[in-house]
Amino acid sequence: MNKENDQNSVGLVEPQRYRFYDPLILRSGKELPAYELMVETYGELNADRSNAVLICHALSGDHHAAGYHNEDDRKPGWWDTCIGPGKAIDTDLFHVVCLNNLGGCGGSTGPVSLNPETGKHYGPDFPIITVRDWVNSQVQLMDRLGIEKWAAVIGGSLGGMQVLRWAISYPERLHHAVAIAAAPKLSAQNIAFNEVARQSITNDPDFHDGHYLEHGVHPKHGLMLARMVGHITYLSDSAMRAKFGKAVEGLQSQKGNFGRDLRTGSLSFGFNVDFEVESYLRYQGEQFSEKFDANTYLLMTKALDYFDPSVDYEGDLSRAFAKSGCRFLLVSFSTDWRFPPDRSRELVDQLLRAGKQVSYLEIEADQGHDAFLLPIPRYVNALSAYLGNAHREICGDAS
Amino acid sequence: MRPDQEIIQRWIEPGSRVLDLGCGDGALLAYLQREKGVHAVGLEIDPQNIEQCLASGVAVIEQNLNQGLSNFETGSFDTVLLAQTLQALANPAELVQEMLRIGKNGIVTFPNFGNWRSRLDLLLRGRMPVSEFMPHQWYDTPNIHFCTVRDFDVLCRDANIDVLARTVVNSRHEGSWAMKAWPNFLGEVAIYHLTREPA
Repeated sequence: MNKENDQNSVGLVEPQRYRFYDPLILRSGKELPAYELMVETYGELNADRSNAVLICHALSGDHHAAGYHNEDDRKPGWWDTCIGPGKAIDTDLFHVVCLNNLGGCGGSTGPVSLNPETGKHYGPDFPIITVRDWVNSQVQLMDRLGIEKWAAVIGGSLGGMQVLRWAISYPERLHHAVAIAAAPKLSAQNIAFNEVARQSITNDPDFHDGHYLEHGVHPKHGLMLARMVGHITYLSDSAMRAKFGKAVEGLQSQKGNFGRDLRTGSLSFGFNVDFEVESYLRYQGEQFSEKFDANTYLLMTKALDYFDPSVDYEGDLSRAFAKSGCRFLLVSFSTDWRFPPDRSRELVDQLLRAGKQVSYLEIEADQGHDAFLLPIPRYVNALSAYLGNAHREICGDAS
Repeated sequence: MRPDQEIIQRWIEPGSRVLDLGCGDGALLAYLQREKGVHAVGLEIDPQNIEQCLASGVAVIEQNLNQGLSNFETGSFDTVLLAQTLQALANPAELVQEMLRIGKNGIVTFPNFGNWRSRLDLLLRGRMPVSEFMPHQWYDTPNIHFCTVRDFDVLCRDANIDVLARTVVNSRHEGSWAMKAWPNFLGEVAIYHLTREPA
């Protein structure tokens, strides 16, 4: 736990497990007879329950969005930069709810859970979950928490897609939809990267058709590769040049380094790790492969690939938003090439066509898609200004 | 609220749909939302202004007017505003046409370059006019397309644009009988209410 940040941290938090006994009918036609959701909340719910905000996580996120689980935690939750007292998503104002989505591996029902029908891990038999299914489960959670209407539903990347789905499927149950670095649907290039990730997992000899847990192994190398290729798409060329171009000595001078910092200061003339970027990617991949479930990764990439809310409206996304009663804030980042500003602008145009009130910011940032998790001043201040006004409008000045 | 905005707001129908091109800090739209219940959207490029809009609950889209308005559907707004921005546009005539495609009517305000002070600056001092209302030097001004009241009248006539109302005021936004009589000579700020002539 980082002591110096304590006054801006939600501090120690404890996840709660909620169990649901009503079956969830999934988009695929299958159903989950019962399921559990792991949930964290930060900040007090006000008396009329109007200050609740839902945070939707992205591909590798979970319910632990802010604060620390114990005193020895070195890293806070995945969106601690934005969630906390006085931060953009201000826990002094809002009751913030974040859950691990179904199919995840953070404690909610997913491939690593035991299938009550077989007594074994679901593994590859866990049904394919879509963004729509997640939102349907989030509504169940909302009802359980006694929340009538979210002040805002907020998410980045795949989380932003859940936000859009909320606005479409439950138009009366949120005041504000905040979708950051999102897209109306994935492009062929996006799907292609996901397919490389899936292939690397399923071709790992330890994958065992997804039944790896029964074999007491997990496809570590496949998952590592999947994360490495994914990680490249989260960064930008300029971010990588800056991150790996710090050394003064090396192959070239710092000026023309191109992010080519060497690991040891000289070339190995072998197939070893020569450059810092190689070492970094391996490390990131390894770290990730230790803690993440491969079947969950496969599910998450499919949820991304399948997301396209326009399919129910003959491809016309503006019609999907026709009933949305909320206001929208969309944010994109200049060097994001996974979901570039053009994808967000397409969303803005469709929302305008639907006659909605939408705000849109294109933030200059070098960090690529990852920027949505980083404390970039203009972005964080804008989010803070928007939500501050939302709070005044919804909850009044008194609370 | 800026005084020219005080005049503009009188031409806005309650409950209408308003698009403000270059909405600044959103003060006018915030006022129109609050007092007239309009459905408002603003376009702006300045980050500080955008943040101020968000803080005031004004829907604002970061969009450069010089890149056009093709993303807005024909007839999707009642009124499209262009306040004190015309003279800074790369292609003002095209944008005025676009305003009247997107909106049923448009409101344009601009500093009148035909004002006697501007004429005097050029005539007597031989210098580009710099005044309280046009504070920039020629080399650092964002205003690249100054025009006079008469110039704008000609543009409207040539482009088949109906002038529903025209008013000119001084920099304190006071009008007078003299300004009504000699708008291009005495007016410092021109305010036009426009619509497209029926074909």
